[in-house]
Amino acid sequence: MAETFKPETVNHIVEATQWAAANGMALDICGHGTKRGLGKPVQADAVLDLSGLSGITLYEPEELVMSARAGTPMAEIEAALQEANQMLAFEPWSPQFLYGQTGGTIGGVLACNGSGPRRMQVGAARDHMLGFNAVGGGGEVFKSGGRVVKNVTGFDLTKLMAGAMGTLGVLTDVSFKVLPRPEKARTVLLFGAVDVSQALIKAQCSEHELSACAHLPQVLAMRSSVDFVKNAGASVTAVRIEGPAPSLAVRCAALRELLAPLGAGVDELHTVNTETLWAEIRDVQYFDATKQIWRISVAPSEGPAIAVGLADRLGGEYVLDWAGGLIWLAVDPADDAHVNSVRGALASGHATLMRATQAVRRHVPVFQPQTDALTALTARVRENYDPAGIFNPGRMV
Amino acid sequence: MKMPLPDRQILAKRAQIVGRLRALVPGEGVIADEDELRVFECDGLMAYKQLPLVVVLPETTAQVSAILKTCHALGVKIVPRGAGTGLSGGALPLADAVTLGLGKFKKILDIDYANRCAVVQPGVTNMAITNAVAGEGYYYAPDPSSRIACTIGGNVAENAGGMHCLKYGLTTNNLLGVEMVLMNGEVIRLGGKHLDAGGLDLLGAITGSEGLLGVITEVTVRILKKPATQRALLLGFDSVEAGGDCVAKIIAGGIVPGAMEMMDKMAIDAMQRFVDSGYPLDVESLLVVELDGPEAEVEYLTGRVEKIASEAGSTFLRVSQSEAEREQFWKGRMSAFPSVGRISPDYMTMDGTIPRHRLPQVLARMTEMSAKYGLRVANVFHAGDGNLHPLVLFDANKAGDLDKAEAFGADILKLCVEVGGVLSGEHGIGVEKRDLMGKMFTEVDLQQQQLLKCAFDQGGLLNPGKVYPTLHRCAEMGRLHVSGGRLPFPDIPRF
Repeated sequence: MAETFKPETVNHIVEATQWAAANGMALDICGHGTKRGLGKPVQADAVLDLSGLSGITLYEPEELVMSARAGTPMAEIEAALQEANQMLAFEPWSPQFLYGQTGGTIGGVLACNGSGPRRMQVGAARDHMLGFNAVGGGGEVFKSGGRVVKNVTGFDLTKLMAGAMGTLGVLTDVSFKVLPRPEKARTVLLFGAVDVSQALIKAQCSEHELSACAHLPQVLAMRSSVDFVKNAGASVTAVRIEGPAPSLAVRCAALRELLAPLGAGVDELHTVNTETLWAEIRDVQYFDATKQIWRISVAPSEGPAIAVGLADRLGGEYVLDWAGGLIWLAVDPADDAHVNSVRGALASGHATLMRATQAVRRHVPVFQPQTDALTALTARVRENYDPAGIFNPGRMV
Repeated sequence: MKMPLPDRQILAKRAQIVGRLRALVPGEGVIADEDELRVFECDGLMAYKQLPLVVVLPETTAQVSAILKTCHALGVKIVPRGAGTGLSGGALPLADAVTLGLGKFKKILDIDYANRCAVVQPGVTNMAITNAVAGEGYYYAPDPSSRIACTIGGNVAENAGGMHCLKYGLTTNNLLGVEMVLMNGEVIRLGGKHLDAGGLDLLGAITGSEGLLGVITEVTVRILKKPATQRALLLGFDSVEAGGDCVAKIIAGGIVPGAMEMMDKMAIDAMQRFVDSGYPLDVESLLVVELDGPEAEVEYLTGRVEKIASEAGSTFLRVSQSEAEREQFWKGRMSAFPSVGRISPDYMTMDGTIPRHRLPQVLARMTEMSAKYGLRVANVFHAGDGNLHPLVLFDANKAGDLDKAEAFGADILKLCVEVGGVLSGEHGIGVEKRDLMGKMFTEVDLQQQQLLKCAFDQGGLLNPGKVYPTLHRCAEMGRLHVSGGRLPFPDIPRF
């Protein structure tokens, strides 16, 4: 078993990095290790466990900004935000249902560019991360970005780090934007939409400022713990609106009127049920633990047809989020994870194999293959930031 | 401002380079005549001027690719240019570089309402995108004040902002995809009508890269449905502190206004004198707060903001009663630059971002600096997101005034960094703030940024002399600084 280093200071990380670079040793960089199931398996010589670098270092609610050590538990971040009635607006998903792991750190969430249903309105983790400190592939201690939202001071390495899954550097400190929690939330439900694509687009393109928009086929809706959804007896198209009460009342009524002619009926969920339903969708709670899971990002108008086509052909199940732009597809396990069928169904966009055994992920490309020019460019970026190939090598290839 | 010394060998080969370009772009697409080159000698930062070696105005991606491939082979530098409205000198020509203008890329290629996006060529103006979709009730959210003239390609290059960033984000948050040409002529596509990248987020990394990484030839942006109602409030205070306090309380109250602008007395006076915007002249600071959304929400939030303002000690409060009045409230703020132009022969527009609560302190220090340099300063401030635009007033015909204004401006930006902010919020570094980069970043920080440059443009041919005070040779930076082969960290806890 690989040795584990648990640095307590940035200097420890520098030393570990220099040692790894000098000896060609691969490091498995992790926080709580809750999302190891995402990406290609890493053959590491040592684990660099960042959970010792923990703690919120700055929180100014009136400035809408927080900074924390990369290994700070998400639970700690969320508790602090809750106290000031604020939130991470991009709705990071919990690894509990996908990977059977609880916990997670802020560094891990940002490094995976995790985001949930509200992504279609406010952006992903990459849109909320403002700056970072990191240790580079040669042991360099460096920073980029800042703690303010408006910033065009040099290249935006922050975006590059969000979603790089630790392959370009070891995050030690991160700063990110936080937002006030909405006063209230409601969800309008449309049962048995006749034309799913039309319903999602009509809702998304209305002026009612949706913060989320999803569709559950009937078999999935039946697995919800929200009674209105579970007992719908039909597919459920759900749209979420947030804001002050007087605003919600008006928008809710308008959305009900807009959606009612498109299916068999409408209803609405108030704050508690809304929270439950969207947590289920965010965390991908509806699929059996044995299934392989794909996360497919496409133009929203194309999503429903692609999802139905793939589910029919592969005998799979799906949930649509982001007004159709995100497909969660669950299929029976196969050695090739049906990779050719899945990627063959996309004219554009990308498909990520979110869950499969290590053995499958070892030989199936987990991330969408790119054009030759882009592959070469990406390889040059990686080589420049991690010349010795020590940071989670192979995890994103 | 020191620019890289022109390469004499390139200057000597000018005729050959012009000939090669003419073979790629026919007719008037290649400009070599000195009088005609004059048009391109500067951008919005007019203190610096330089004739380009030659200007080329391609019309297709294939032409851009051929131009870059040819220049790459010849070792000729490229300065990309949109409308040339940038305020930091990002499009300042170099004597030994081809200025590559995207002005002929003017087509709107696809408006896709179902997917809430528009695909346009980079030479389309920011305003033209909104105009093209306004009929269906949509708009493009980032709204830099030059939006009538500035192009979307330039907006991507500078990560342009505007008044509505707090709620709707900057260019980077509204950009879905680009097609771009690398210095070696390769054409790549990043993003599209879908969200997020399948690999590294290179789309995010090229946004705001000021023309140093590639030439953008197509842009996909997100469009939004126009809010049902917009209402503006004018709030006056008898001190800057009270105005700042009001901003903090609005945000702490969980309200995210569509826009929240603040100005100081000098700016208020200049604007109100320029155009009647209903601004009071007996206040020390003025806020324009715009609330947008469904009518019921705007109505409710207006009440809340009124209450917060009076608790914060507002001495003036007016709520727009009509669309015409809302527009009137904005008129002054929108004409900040010409207003100040009327009270001073010249002015320099600065652009830094600070943590909002440091505003009173920053303004107090600026008053001291103003006395020290003997130059006036007017302040407009995107208060919601901390982006400060001090306008330094000077007279270029007065000996030494420009130097003093530049030194004053540099002091302001250093102050922004000192209080935890950054050198540029939305105008970019360009040449203007290039030499201040070391105030915010260490040499190691800057080297790490340039590793990205090396992956895109190893020879350093794209827009050299901009953003970075010294461009490190890529080969030098690739070397590993590793020491020893044994475990040098006996004190790391191990398991």
